[in-house]
Amino acid sequence: MQVEYDGDVMTLNMGPQHPSTHGVLRLELKTDGEVVADAIPHIGYLHRCFEKHCENVEYPGIVPYADRLDYCAAMNMELGYVLAVEKLMGIQVNNRVRCIRIIMAELSRIASHLIAAGTFGNDMGSFTPFLWCFRDRETILDIFEETCGARLLYNYNWIGGLMCDVLPGFEKKVVDFVDYFEPQVDKLNTLLSNNLIFIKRTAGVGIMSPETAISYGVTGPNLRGSGVQFDVRKDEPYLGYEEFDFDVPVGKGEFGPVGSCWDRYMVRIREVKECCKIIRQAAAKMTPGDVQESIPKRVKPPAGEIYHRTECPRGELGYYIVSDGGLKPHRLKAKSPCFTVMSAFREVSRGAMIADIIAILGSFDVVLGEIDR
Amino acid sequence: MKPEEIGALLAGKFGDRILETKVDGMNPWSVVDPAEILPVCRFLREEERLAMDHLECLAGVDYKDRIEVVYVAYSMKHRHRYALKCRLPRQEPHLASVESVWGVANWHEREAYDMVGVIFDGHSDFRRILLPDDWEGFPLRKDYKFPTSYLDMPV
Repeated sequence: MQVEYDGDVMTLNMGPQHPSTHGVLRLELKTDGEVVADAIPHIGYLHRCFEKHCENVEYPGIVPYADRLDYCAAMNMELGYVLAVEKLMGIQVNNRVRCIRIIMAELSRIASHLIAAGTFGNDMGSFTPFLWCFRDRETILDIFEETCGARLLYNYNWIGGLMCDVLPGFEKKVVDFVDYFEPQVDKLNTLLSNNLIFIKRTAGVGIMSPETAISYGVTGPNLRGSGVQFDVRKDEPYLGYEEFDFDVPVGKGEFGPVGSCWDRYMVRIREVKECCKIIRQAAAKMTPGDVQESIPKRVKPPAGEIYHRTECPRGELGYYIVSDGGLKPHRLKAKSPCFTVMSAFREVSRGAMIADIIAILGSFDVVLGEIDR
Repeated sequence: MKPEEIGALLAGKFGDRILETKVDGMNPWSVVDPAEILPVCRFLREEERLAMDHLECLAGVDYKDRIEVVYVAYSMKHRHRYALKCRLPRQEPHLASVESVWGVANWHEREAYDMVGVIFDGHSDFRRILLPDDWEGFPLRKDYKFPTSYLDMPV
């Protein structure tokens, strides 16, 4: 979009220590009054050179590093990595491992979307939903803690299996949580999603067209918010997702044009209900088995390369792994969904108001740990 | 389309500028003459039968004797994937920017420069992205020496 400006352009620095930038992100805003002529993101404040670390540790040792990419959804991060290595090595896991992984991934997706919705509401000036979301997320973290001992960074998915089996009564606990949680989503809708002030702040703001979204490699809820029906779980199933019955919600533009901040937010809320459906089915499908039976003694993939992607809460997480037949990867590249959506930020925010920058950034739901790697 | 068909289509269109094709692996690819990368990428995106509108991954890989840049492209319409590779010398690797084909290439190319040191010509905003602007060296090169200090601060 081209915007004509007549006033003086002022440079305004937002971040890196700004509560609404969800981490350490610096935005260089060129403003004309209240209108943002250009918003240039500066990233890299959390850079750890994950990819260099990976070249210096053996394959199983990378799992904890992968956790630290997106610390709000660590379960999905490590799952993507182990699935890529398993595919490279041709390892098949049994049904129990698959079901537990799916339950964990979907629980983690719910937890992550709760953070997204809560902080987005908080950014828009609504504090109570934030507390509600974090209260429900706590139950999920308790389930994780009980299973693997950690609340945030799990190291639970191992190449070929799991760190340990779940405790007896796990299925019941998970289904109980889902039963409790589903009505909470409707309550959240009455409090936040259909709140008039919230709608006025977010609907019609930060519109991303499907063409822009695809060109900038935007994936996940942000892409679906623009009305594109695409979900890796449906369109390129892994881990047996094709056997599950769930829908892929897309933005419909109930309150204004499709692809606005409200649409992106609402896709996440609707997705949470689909996660509940998947969890119920996976809990019913669980069969007894040894969760460590396929763990190889030495992880030594054959020479070759693979690009494998999974649907993590923030979009499509891809791992490009080049193996030279050794114990360490020759090259590992993590294609992070937040990185690509952030590259579209400049395009989407051009011509917005300064206050809307917060709305756009909140609706993108980026985690800086994953952008900077 | 199947990877074999995509490989054959590219070979038919670009002839000897497609240097090598391997479609039986898990990540089917063709090696493209570096001078031709922009037309080939544009073909991938604009040809009706390919319609690869989504650049999934752009990675620079250091193989000690050469630098490879890998483009993994995907079609949202036809649901197929194909990878292109360019082999470049380790000294001053230059490549044309494909930013005009896929918007996301802008940041991916900046990252490939930042980490592996590939120089993309015709890029609209070419600078480091993750590391500070005054950083020296490219960390994902295999011969990278870990610095012992940064701006006189020991690390």
